[in-house]
Amino acid sequence: MNAPAAPAPHERITAAIRAAAQRGPALVAFMTAGFPRRDTFRAQLTAVAAAADVVEIGVPFTDPMADGVTIQRSSRAALAQGVTLRWILEELAAMPAVKAPLLLMSYLNPLLAFGYDELAAAAERARVAGFIVPDLPFDEGGDLRRALEARGIALVQMATPVTTPARLAKVCGACRGFVYAVTMTGTTGRHVAVPDEVIAYLDRVRAVSAVPVCAGFGIRSREQVARLAGHVDGVVVGSALVEVLERGEDPAAWLGSLRPDPA
Amino acid sequence: MSSLGEADRKRLLADSIAGKFPDARGRFGPFGGRYVPETLIPAIERLEAGLRTHLHASDFQRELADELQGWVGRPTALTHAKRLGARWGADVWLKREDLAHTGAHKINNAIGQALLARRLGARRVVAETGAGQHGVASAAACARVGLPCTVYMGEIDMERQAPNVGRMRLLGAEVVPVTEGDRTLRAAVDEALRDWVADPLGTYYLLGSAIGPHPYPYLVRELQTIIGREARAQLLERTGELPDALFACVGGGSNSIGLFHPFVADASVEIVGIEAGGRGPALGENSASLALGRPGVLQGAYSLLLQDPHGQIQETHSISAGLDYPGVGPEHALLQAAGRVRYEAASDDEALAAVLECCQSEGILPALESAHALAGARRWAATHPGKRILIGLSGRGDKDMPTLQRTLIAQLEAAGRRGAA
Repeated sequence: MNAPAAPAPHERITAAIRAAAQRGPALVAFMTAGFPRRDTFRAQLTAVAAAADVVEIGVPFTDPMADGVTIQRSSRAALAQGVTLRWILEELAAMPAVKAPLLLMSYLNPLLAFGYDELAAAAERARVAGFIVPDLPFDEGGDLRRALEARGIALVQMATPVTTPARLAKVCGACRGFVYAVTMTGTTGRHVAVPDEVIAYLDRVRAVSAVPVCAGFGIRSREQVARLAGHVDGVVVGSALVEVLERGEDPAAWLGSLRPDPA
Repeated sequence: MSSLGEADRKRLLADSIAGKFPDARGRFGPFGGRYVPETLIPAIERLEAGLRTHLHASDFQRELADELQGWVGRPTALTHAKRLGARWGADVWLKREDLAHTGAHKINNAIGQALLARRLGARRVVAETGAGQHGVASAAACARVGLPCTVYMGEIDMERQAPNVGRMRLLGAEVVPVTEGDRTLRAAVDEALRDWVADPLGTYYLLGSAIGPHPYPYLVRELQTIIGREARAQLLERTGELPDALFACVGGGSNSIGLFHPFVADASVEIVGIEAGGRGPALGENSASLALGRPGVLQGAYSLLLQDPHGQIQETHSISAGLDYPGVGPEHALLQAAGRVRYEAASDDEALAAVLECCQSEGILPALESAHALAGARRWAATHPGKRILIGLSGRGDKDMPTLQRTLIAQLEAAGRRGAA
């Protein structure tokens, strides 16, 4: 009766990032579900999850307004193959568990159409530990946050360089799993250098966040990851990894190339 | 929202008439809100604060009124359409937004927002366009106030509305073809939002319809109600009476909210919005989101959408590019839920027939969008003889010549050849 309770799903995300961050920024890897091929989804996820610390699975949507061309293209290709949120959740529930905690990244409308309560239940069955919803800003997120929190599932919030200090405190306070710190304004997928003001911004986010801070948008090289080390707990790699998968290359080798050399 | 009871409907209507919408959260009853990436929140909050400071300030209103009168050419005429009326057995009045500068109601909003952008210190303006009318209006308004303008336009629309692309370029705008997504208005909005996300503080997004995140549906309504306020005063002056019924076409819903809003409290006035029925009621064959859609979130607002059971947005069809959009402004969703406005569809063929009838009865070439309103009014007149009908003629049809050439004009020419044989 008094056995310690299993960690809540959102705590698994936090713990995985903190553990990885001992050796350098944790890698949060993004892949669009069913891209480039729907029939290799499970194998691809298994390969990515073995090399990453957390996996973000993109739910395709017809209008991915926060994404750049790569993820737009992958999203459209996945939709054309009939990938749906329901299919993704069923695949995840049916396949063997992977070690890395899983999050779903989805625009809001597919989640609304699914129904929040049913979604939270299905996500729990599928061992989904968290959600990232790019078109759901903090103020509109109450209903979804409540439905997910009832099952310990994280709703990851985004911080941006233009977020005001007061709002940053509010957003970070409500965030579970990790804070997704957008390192630039703009859509996903463009390569950016990491200027000093971005480092200062990440330090600001970290100062007010109780959960780990992961930087995302435009990260695709070991140099960037090294530059961010010490200022973030993890990095999200999205478009660059989708391109690797699109070319049919080994995601594990590529993700490994982002990590610092073993000391 | 058929689940709403009578009491809920009455409360929504009373709150609407009392001016309670949008509320502090940007909601029109259950609809509206602000579903945008976190990156845009500071820009949207700044816009909202800018509206509070400027929109109803007397110096801004004076500057806007000067532009509307001296540059746009307002007030636009209210035309007594006697020959159409005789054909329909009704007393028909047309509010002539086709006579506004650049040829449609879009200019009312574009000049208002361009003046606002300048006051807010924007370095550049981005806009989306479907039929090209909002793009042309934005390009003209930006030239007028001296701001650089970039217009995103789906490549399908660029083909359908080719004359407008050239006009925008002449007016100094950069026109960027959108080759992703559905390559029409919706993809253009996505692309304009992406541009804005990249530079949220230096760029002003000049949204062209009563859609999108709060405060746009409110801002666009406030800039378009001049249509209804003028029409109401003009009709009262000419006839001493209000209309029995009001008709306007609804795509995103800016000309219609502009015409309808000043009449919402007039219980005796029946208000009907006409959506694009396209080729029929099947998914993908029309753009009738109020008549056929379900609630959901697209491009910043919770409203009615044409979507599949998985929440994926559907491709739409309409012969008129300006109505070819899978969503609708949240205030229309409210007015439908409150039972105040009825929304119906008119088909591509009905719209084409209305273009021809209006051309040949009144000497006015209406836009294909506006022709939907004419078609809906004509249908209503058939069962309501002798009534006074006010129709929002939102724009002129010159931009539709490529489509009309393929359809009506080709038919007329074929009939001419048969006659000669």
